[in-house]
Amino acid sequence: MAKREAKYIVEKTQTPPVWARTAIPLLALIGTFIITSGLILWSNANPFEAYYYFLFAPFSSRVSTLEVLVKGTPLILCGIAVTFAFSAGYYNIGAEGQLYAGAIAAAWLGVALTGLPTILHLTIMLLGGFLFGVAWALIPALLKVKLAVDEVVTTLLLNSVMLYIVSALLNGPWRDPESGWPQSPEIAPSAMLPKLVPRSRLHFGFILAILFVLLLWFLRSRTGFGLKMRAVGMSKPAARFAGVNIERTVLISALVSGGIAGIAGVVEVAGIQFHLIDALSPGYGYTGIIIATLGGLHPIGVAVAALFFGLIDTGAQTVSRALGVPVYLGEITQATMLLVTLGMLLLQNYRIRRA
Amino acid sequence: MASIVEMRDIVKRFEDVTANDHVNFELREGEIHALLGENGAGKTTLMRILYGLYRADSGEIRVAGDLASIHSPKDAIQRGIGMVTQHFALVPPLTVTENVVLGYTDGFVLQRAAMEERVGAAAKKFGMEIDPTAVVRHLSVGEKQRVEILKALYRDAKVLILDEPTAVLIPQEVDALFETLEKLKEGGLSVIFISHKLDEVMTISDRVTVLRDGSNIDTVLTSETTPPQLATMMVGRETFGVTRQKETEKGEAALTIRDLCADDDQGLPALKHVNLTIRCGEILGIAGVGGNGQKELAETLSGIRKPTSGEILVDDEDISGATPAECTRAGVGRIPEDRHAGVVGELTVAENLALEHLHEFIHRSTLDRQAIQENAERLIEAFQIKAKPTDKVRTLSGGNMQKVLLARVLAREPGILLAPQPTRGLDVGATEYVRTQLLKQRERGAGVLLISEDLDEILALSDRIAVIYEGVIVGELAAEEADLERLGLMMSGAVKERV
Repeated sequence: MAKREAKYIVEKTQTPPVWARTAIPLLALIGTFIITSGLILWSNANPFEAYYYFLFAPFSSRVSTLEVLVKGTPLILCGIAVTFAFSAGYYNIGAEGQLYAGAIAAAWLGVALTGLPTILHLTIMLLGGFLFGVAWALIPALLKVKLAVDEVVTTLLLNSVMLYIVSALLNGPWRDPESGWPQSPEIAPSAMLPKLVPRSRLHFGFILAILFVLLLWFLRSRTGFGLKMRAVGMSKPAARFAGVNIERTVLISALVSGGIAGIAGVVEVAGIQFHLIDALSPGYGYTGIIIATLGGLHPIGVAVAALFFGLIDTGAQTVSRALGVPVYLGEITQATMLLVTLGMLLLQNYRIRRA
Repeated sequence: MASIVEMRDIVKRFEDVTANDHVNFELREGEIHALLGENGAGKTTLMRILYGLYRADSGEIRVAGDLASIHSPKDAIQRGIGMVTQHFALVPPLTVTENVVLGYTDGFVLQRAAMEERVGAAAKKFGMEIDPTAVVRHLSVGEKQRVEILKALYRDAKVLILDEPTAVLIPQEVDALFETLEKLKEGGLSVIFISHKLDEVMTISDRVTVLRDGSNIDTVLTSETTPPQLATMMVGRETFGVTRQKETEKGEAALTIRDLCADDDQGLPALKHVNLTIRCGEILGIAGVGGNGQKELAETLSGIRKPTSGEILVDDEDISGATPAECTRAGVGRIPEDRHAGVVGELTVAENLALEHLHEFIHRSTLDRQAIQENAERLIEAFQIKAKPTDKVRTLSGGNMQKVLLARVLAREPGILLAPQPTRGLDVGATEYVRTQLLKQRERGAGVLLISEDLDEILALSDRIAVIYEGVIVGELAAEEADLERLGLMMSGAVKERV
């Protein structure tokens, strides 16, 4: 065979340098900027101006700064929900459906119960939303654990089923009797999440999301269950050999994941919309998957990624108003960000050296 | 006879493992040539190079005398080389005909009837009974294999590589396969038959090339060799310094296995009515050529694989079918055969060391991180593990990884220790360390089950030796009565004896 002497060799390394890991977010941002610039130019806008609106304009006023946190709230919760399942190697793609399951619970309990003190009413709603999310996650989780049915398919398909259930409820028994719109009646005032900042949309749900971030961090790194969960997610054979009950660990993680997604649904109903509507979520459950991946399944990383996406969501509306480019550019930027980051995570395991 | 394939000085490295170390191989026209060796000897790697699935780091390949550069299976097929791997590359919902012509159709429109006729004719010509219209999903494993062979022949293969073709077959199907191969050989086909089963090699092959640890040991005429000779060629290794020195007091039975049966991953019987007793203070060695049920035995005793029948008694308690955690609680210390599947590479050394007994490291329902850290520091020191508690296990060398697994188990002073292939792939230093540890357990009074394909290791360490062949314990000897030749005979299935 002919030999060709290469000047440089690309080889795999087990120990990427620390600077590579820390530089990834910045490099990913630059890479994303370069790739998306073409599209922005195509819409007759200046990429630098567009990115100014994406990244900095939201901080120019108090209202839009708070709006970043408002948008980040369901994203954090969904990111945490997905992270919980992914950590145990259970690929829950069904956060979207589980979110709506929680939202149904909130819309029902928010109307059905009256005359309760706010704190009690909200606690019942959050619990109800959690349980509805768990219940909706139970079917695919059991199928996975008992019959080894691929959870990616079942959780994904159940999302559509849930959307039809919501649609049936809204066009049937829950149709608003006054307006006739397909939306559930408004929940009782005692069922609404209190505002954190007056005259803004920022509500108590944001605190709740942060609590869940801390809870996940604690569970993952400080409890026996968390260690088992990570061991199962990283190497099922080794975990089984060490005597970890794989089925139980996966089942619990899958159900808690569904529950947290359900809480996201409650928070959107009780904090923002006050009705159940079929456009409650613009795909928070799916974005949660991207956020969990970008956050490296680390709670803090997930929170940062979620807030970053909240920023781009807010910025996308500003940029579209200011420069007349489609709002979709925000979504494209998010998706490009994911691909670039994943590519970089892969590339950091290689190094180039002189032959 | 002229040679049709010649591989010269083939070298192939994977990271730091040399899978093929200057291997030479020659296939003559119209012969069935067996490539014999233990698991990991480099047989499959060599053939994957020939079929273009891997590229050799150096060396040359000649096909029918011409220098050939084979970069992909497509190149190999063009040169008349076909390969049937253990994992069939068939599309189950398609028919036999569709599978056979897949990627080999000409024209844009498929002439279904004409294709079926051609495939049927080919099957008949090669003497294979296959219905060209049958859907592959409905076929038995043996029939699927025949479709794979037909696929290669339909592409005008002159050389057919079969990678462990009998591993997935029941005995009747093996007979049918051998008949087919004989017929094809008469028709002028040259066959490379990869196997680690001596009796099959003796039955079907004309010549045998033996590989061991990536090097070729010898090529011999089958008619001029014997199973024990081949067995010795396959397993002979350099001996190491560690041996059993003093005699220990043999106590009562630590572990009794009665009539144990288990299936392999394909659902075929892998263990057939195994009876064994391990006493306290002894090492029972299980010798055998790789793939004769050792893996299944270790997994069944570890609680990873469920037995189909039989008993595993520890202190008169039956632990057959117990979970790994229950086995640990019953005092069975286990190290895994595949050490990479026994540690969680992304977790730290300390976390891996705590994983098996996690409940002991939980203080008020949270992890006692200090206890985990101290436990790790203590074991790292006691077992001379070259790592920090916070290192990720995947960054460790094989020897240190094995030490982590040993430390986790031995720190508990288990009454029984299962050690399947404990030194496979380790360097000399680590091997000696592991062997010394096994002997220490024996002196402490534990019953040790040592499963190894390394006969020298078995001879150096065991008090008693049992030989496994095709899932059956074919004999049991006291260590003093055993020698390489006698064990070789038993391992080849030629002799059965009982003490």
